[in-house]
Amino acid sequence: MNQIALKPVSKNKIPNRKVMNDTLLELAKKDRNILVLTSDSRGSASLLPFAKELPDQLIEVGIAEQNIVGIASGLAVSGKKPFVASPACFLSSRSIEQIKVDVAYSGANVKLIGISGGVSYGALGMSHHSLQDIATTRSIPNLHVMLPADRHETKKMITALVHYDTPVYMRIGRNPVEDCYVSSDYEFKIGQAVTMVEGKDMTIIATGETVRIALDTAIALQNDGIHCRVLNMHTIKPLDEDAIIKAAEETGKIITIEEHSIYGGLGSAVAEVITQHCPVPLKIVGVPDEPAITGNSQEVFNYYGLNTKNISKLAKQMIGY
Amino acid sequence: MVDVITLKKEALKTRMELLKMIKEAGTGHTGSSLSNTDILTALYYGVLKVDPANPKWKERDRYVQSKGHAVESLWVTLANKGFFPKEELKTFSKFGSRLIGHPNNKVPGVEMNTGSLGHGLSISVGMALAAKLDNKSYRVFTLMGDGELAEGSIWEAAMAAAQYKLDNLIGIIDRNHLQITGKTEDVMNTEPLDEKWKSFGWAVVQVDGHNLVELVNVLNNTPIVTNKPTMVIAHTVKGKGVSIAENQTGWHHHVPTDEEFEMALNELMMKLEGRK
Repeated sequence: MNQIALKPVSKNKIPNRKVMNDTLLELAKKDRNILVLTSDSRGSASLLPFAKELPDQLIEVGIAEQNIVGIASGLAVSGKKPFVASPACFLSSRSIEQIKVDVAYSGANVKLIGISGGVSYGALGMSHHSLQDIATTRSIPNLHVMLPADRHETKKMITALVHYDTPVYMRIGRNPVEDCYVSSDYEFKIGQAVTMVEGKDMTIIATGETVRIALDTAIALQNDGIHCRVLNMHTIKPLDEDAIIKAAEETGKIITIEEHSIYGGLGSAVAEVITQHCPVPLKIVGVPDEPAITGNSQEVFNYYGLNTKNISKLAKQMIGY
Repeated sequence: MVDVITLKKEALKTRMELLKMIKEAGTGHTGSSLSNTDILTALYYGVLKVDPANPKWKERDRYVQSKGHAVESLWVTLANKGFFPKEELKTFSKFGSRLIGHPNNKVPGVEMNTGSLGHGLSISVGMALAAKLDNKSYRVFTLMGDGELAEGSIWEAAMAAAQYKLDNLIGIIDRNHLQITGKTEDVMNTEPLDEKWKSFGWAVVQVDGHNLVELVNVLNNTPIVTNKPTMVIAHTVKGKGVSIAENQTGWHHHVPTDEEFEMALNELMMKLEGRK
């Protein structure tokens, strides 16, 4: 518990993609089978240092997202450990069939890193947003789905993925994020939710870069005497159903937060569990079924209520404060 | 040295067995499988370095069937080579069988699951690239249909293969001029095929896709040009070997009637016995 950064440490704000580069570079220096594939995306993936230091372990495929996944699957079944780093919007849509057939169905151990996920690209519009990726990827058999909260978790997750024998879609954002942990010195386990804050009055479940919002909300609510549990659901699949059921049983109310459509993402996954095991009131906070409004990601978050103020208000409504 | 008489007999037996398998199952891509039977026979009896007793042997040549639907000839060939018991062919497409209507890598000898067209060449680029990175000498063979060439992903892979100078990659096009709707040139014209592949940086060779000796020789003498991937355009006849099925659009996935089945088997048996 003492590894949780209850208050954000702004001076350390850093984009998760940069941590991805540093972690992959460190690991790939020790293992020449680790390959990184890019689709003209080495710059946006912050992989320029990797490309410079390990040019033979960076495979450039050009702007061809179907091909990048097919090639990665061929490499994987030939003994390589390919990490595909390509914008989440294209990787999770343009190449979804290659992900379904070549990777998941064939059992090719490819790690798919969707960069600049969610509304990271802000005003570039719906073509560049990936607000459906959790829904599409989590419904594919033999594909696991993960979203790290901050730089520490990104490092932990990528390190774990090198030795993980199931294909994974992992989504990270483009912009600097506040820390949720004070260091990387904690036990990270794929498929195991992290209780960031204990509480009995209700539970907020968040994933990826919205975990910080959940933490800030829980802290704000403590000032009003409301003790809200926060679960960091870094792994969407395999889902930690036990943690969700326990939260429903012990706290009776749940809010989910995600940078994703309100259809098919974390909220839906949580609903699938609680409705069958322990039905309790649930509010799903995400982006509604529309092309997201124009703005930078912070403006988009605020517009759709993905912020502390709105979620505190929702929480109070739910418990009748 | 490959014995041409043996090869021809194996190809004829494969045709008879795949027809029986399709008749028994009541489903299958009859015309497509008869089209690629000779290519598969050439590959498995005269070209590919594979070991049925050790299907995951690391130095093996790789075969990826991008035109996954023509799977019946593959199942028969793999069974005849000893990758799995021949008895299992009877389960084709039946409840719970691993011999489904497309290549399935739960079956020994199958590298990758295919079925959605346009995937095989990208996968093969990855395999060939891995061989280059590891300084291994195995080759990668991919069979594509001519109708399949309308898939854009194939051309993404074609560029990558040339970019990375993958001369250990050999594509084969089963060029029978027919697809499910009709003539390939009418549905979506892909000509001039040889010039297209050449302009994408490939070495191109054209062969008679039913001449087993020619197929074996050409496929064994690759790469044709150092540092270039090879595309073998194999001119074939859809439904080859069964007169009533040859060049017939309707036989793409037609299951023969009892009468057609008898005629087809008789024709193939006469050829096998040297009477025709």
